[in-house]
Amino acid sequence: MLIRRKSISAASEAIFREQRTLKKEKLLANPALIIGFVGFVLIVLLAVFVPIFNSTDPNAMEVTKRLQPPGDGYLFGTDEFGRDLFVRVMYGARVSLWVGGCVAIFSCVLGTIIGIYASYFKVLDQILMRICDGLIAIPGILLAIALIAALGTSSWNVILALTIVYTPSVARTVRVSALVIKEQAYVEAAKVQGFSNFRILWRMILPGVISPLTVQASFIFAQAIISEASLSFLGAGIPAPAASWGNMLESSKMVFSRAPWTMICPGAAVILCVLSLNLLGDGLRDYLDPKVKGGKKKA
Amino acid sequence: MMEEKKNETLLEIKELKVSFPVHKKWLPAVDGVSLEIHPGEITGIVGESGSGKSVMSQSILRLRDHDTAVRYEGEILFEGENLLQKPLFRMRDIRGNQISVIFQDPLNSLSPVHTVGNQISEVLILHKQLSKEEAGKRSIQMLKMTGIPDPEACMKKYPFELSGGMQQRVMIAMALACEPKLLIADEPTTALDVTIQEQILHLIRDLNERLGMSVLFITHDMGVVSRICHSVKVMYLGQVVEEAQTQELFENPCHPYTQGLLACIPHLRVERGKELPVIQGSVPSLSNIPEGCHFCTRCRLADDTCRNCPPPLVEISPGHKVKCWKYADGAKEREVTAS
Repeated sequence: MLIRRKSISAASEAIFREQRTLKKEKLLANPALIIGFVGFVLIVLLAVFVPIFNSTDPNAMEVTKRLQPPGDGYLFGTDEFGRDLFVRVMYGARVSLWVGGCVAIFSCVLGTIIGIYASYFKVLDQILMRICDGLIAIPGILLAIALIAALGTSSWNVILALTIVYTPSVARTVRVSALVIKEQAYVEAAKVQGFSNFRILWRMILPGVISPLTVQASFIFAQAIISEASLSFLGAGIPAPAASWGNMLESSKMVFSRAPWTMICPGAAVILCVLSLNLLGDGLRDYLDPKVKGGKKKA
Repeated sequence: MMEEKKNETLLEIKELKVSFPVHKKWLPAVDGVSLEIHPGEITGIVGESGSGKSVMSQSILRLRDHDTAVRYEGEILFEGENLLQKPLFRMRDIRGNQISVIFQDPLNSLSPVHTVGNQISEVLILHKQLSKEEAGKRSIQMLKMTGIPDPEACMKKYPFELSGGMQQRVMIAMALACEPKLLIADEPTTALDVTIQEQILHLIRDLNERLGMSVLFITHDMGVVSRICHSVKVMYLGQVVEEAQTQELFENPCHPYTQGLLACIPHLRVERGKELPVIQGSVPSLSNIPEGCHFCTRCRLADDTCRNCPPPLVEISPGHKVKCWKYADGAKEREVTAS
């Protein structure tokens, strides 16, 4: 008996090992996830540590050194007021990541609450989903501009406005996955055991929506960065002297024929950041999808 | 007076009718079923798919109330309390605590993202207000009782790491954790192979004897019924067509439907090449239930009376009731032969 049990546990050990190697293979066969993750982590590290170690004030003007090309003491050159572009891009990264991260977190939390309750209660579903439909019908950037026009420009107002813009799409994603899980036998079994609705929603259904939610969160992060840059570019985002990628693009439009680096540097920063986040999202989607094995979809 | 009543019957269903709306019409899935379950008794309910046996068992816990419109008529008395008049949130104290259910498909009925120990403990924490540690200890006891080897290791496992038989044992452990008075087993052995089925039946019977809980056993398998139930009710299209003690029913099946079901059990003496007996036709849909006896469309003995008037439930010997015209009034003499 003892020997048999030992051999069983050895067998299950072997199965676990195999599963682990399978996971590793799946990860390695997914370059998008790795590149996206490394890129994103690099940007975060730069945004956090460069302003700590480089004491240059991003708003310090040196008029004698205006529109310096890259190199020669200024890695990315200087803008029309002689401000160090490299430092400004790094401070801009802080703003973008802060806004994008907050919007991703807030809209996911809010969207999950709305989506889960909507999936479970029919009357609430009708009300909440019609509100979401209404919000989705308005182009996101227009809605954000209108909200900021009403609230005034500040980084918190940008976060609030973008959260309102992105929450409905999270709510829809969560609702759809929750509707599928709701019909599973184990949810019925939980009801039979006398679980309250609250417990069923948060203990049984929530774990099932986490993986689509993670993917959605990374895409919203990327979209929020673009939206924040667009808002700042239009003057409805982060107020002017502060370094943000949108502000820098906006101020470069007068001088970019003479000094193209003033546009290329913040523009490239936006592109790299959004690209790595989108790759991360794509990679996560494939990685978390149990139907995709070793990078290829099973036929 | 109340006390006495409690000892007599645990669950009493009186003339229960459960209807669902289909195309603006209320169609009765369960049509006037009455039954009594006594403490410590295993009652079997047999019937084809669509006979209303699952709907009836779900109505006891009012599970359908949450997602569809349902209309109940009649009474479901559990220890003298009418469950149909309870507010839904009060039902929660009864579900899993006083009345538990085990389902057909154990893997899908267990949450894939929580460990076995976690799931059993949760029911205990919910209903018995135990602390996490106490609940854990009690869970291990429960697992041991259902015959799971090495319950401590099993506590940390996820349902998909267990075999089908083990999963069903976990389900049973979970259902019995709060020592319910009534266990509703909704085809608990259908998804399991024959040897495991035998073990699970044995376990249910054993627990019934040891803990004295009543069991409402729902199945379509006459063979299973003969092995486990004390009394049997045969359902067809929402009605009980025959009820008796198990032995009486198998020795002396009266309703043509019961006779048909028993004739359909394959046995080893069947001649090679000969077709197995079947009941002709299929269960009519709820929207065109025949006016008279519900079974008349498939019955070999149906005549005009059967087609036009619903038959009464006749008691032909103590405890043995049949809903068939052949046994009503003076019609008893008419020959009703098996096969």
